[in-house]
Amino acid sequence: MRFAILVFPASNCDHDAYHAVRHVLGEEGVFVWHNETSLDGFDAVIIPGGFSYGDYLRSGAIARFSPIMEAVRGFVEDGKPVIGICNGFQILVEAGLLPGALISNQSLRFVSKMVYLKPESNSSLFTKNLDCSQTYRMPIAHQAGNYVVGPAELEKLEQHGQVAFRYATPDGEIIPEANPNGSVANIAGVLNRGKNVLGLMPHPERAAEATVGSDDGLAIFRSIAGYD
Amino acid sequence: MKALVYITPKEGILDPQGLTVGKALRNLGMKQVADVRIGKYVEIDLPKTKRKKAEEITKQACDRLLANPNIEAYRFEIVEDG
Repeated sequence: MRFAILVFPASNCDHDAYHAVRHVLGEEGVFVWHNETSLDGFDAVIIPGGFSYGDYLRSGAIARFSPIMEAVRGFVEDGKPVIGICNGFQILVEAGLLPGALISNQSLRFVSKMVYLKPESNSSLFTKNLDCSQTYRMPIAHQAGNYVVGPAELEKLEQHGQVAFRYATPDGEIIPEANPNGSVANIAGVLNRGKNVLGLMPHPERAAEATVGSDDGLAIFRSIAGYD
Repeated sequence: MKALVYITPKEGILDPQGLTVGKALRNLGMKQVADVRIGKYVEIDLPKTKRKKAEEITKQACDRLLANPNIEAYRFEIVEDG
């Protein structure tokens, strides 16, 4: 499978994503500069973490106007998979490809630590290799990961199974104490209605090998690549 | 012309900065302080632009980039230069 890894000015998890895809998974990964206009020949897109455009105005607000984002829009319309991680998630909500918004953490602090994620379902192409009775351990590192969405919109997300992951305790309990940033309903990741766009604040690409503390994130990339 | 744009968190959107600053003001003895909301202020210079055009451009700027309608509200004034 051929993954496009988008690179914006100040993306900084692009190489982690490349490493996970190329060296751990053994698939093809290609860096695509944000001024490019085509995603022809790619099977999946990764929008990596970082601080695109210095987080000016709002995280992701400027990057969404990069030329490559028009191609991403077309890619999504074609039903192909797009995963946005951390800043990539912020870019996707700013672009309107995912619902809601991401605002400052409730604590106003940058939070960098390991968290536990509970997958809500394994019916999407991103989660089909995941076990919903388990939790997945991976790091977060962000200042603006507080997911907000209005009550009516939240109900719709829940109804359509668009909540992909929630912050949980190691045992899988969804409680306020397990919420690192104040996100509504402990939401850590959401899907679009077509279920081919996933945005999440935690970093599965930084949890792709046991040697770095966890390989729980690999299941997401394996799912995208269509492994059993 | 000059556009003065005020962007504020929408009603019902949690504003952690505002909450913290409100608490600090009350700690400083200003007991009357209730809610504090913190937003952004943007000035846009629009030289040699007629008022109507300036309004049109500023509205477009707010809708397309300056404010995120999911979480922010905006208002603006157009004033003469100088």
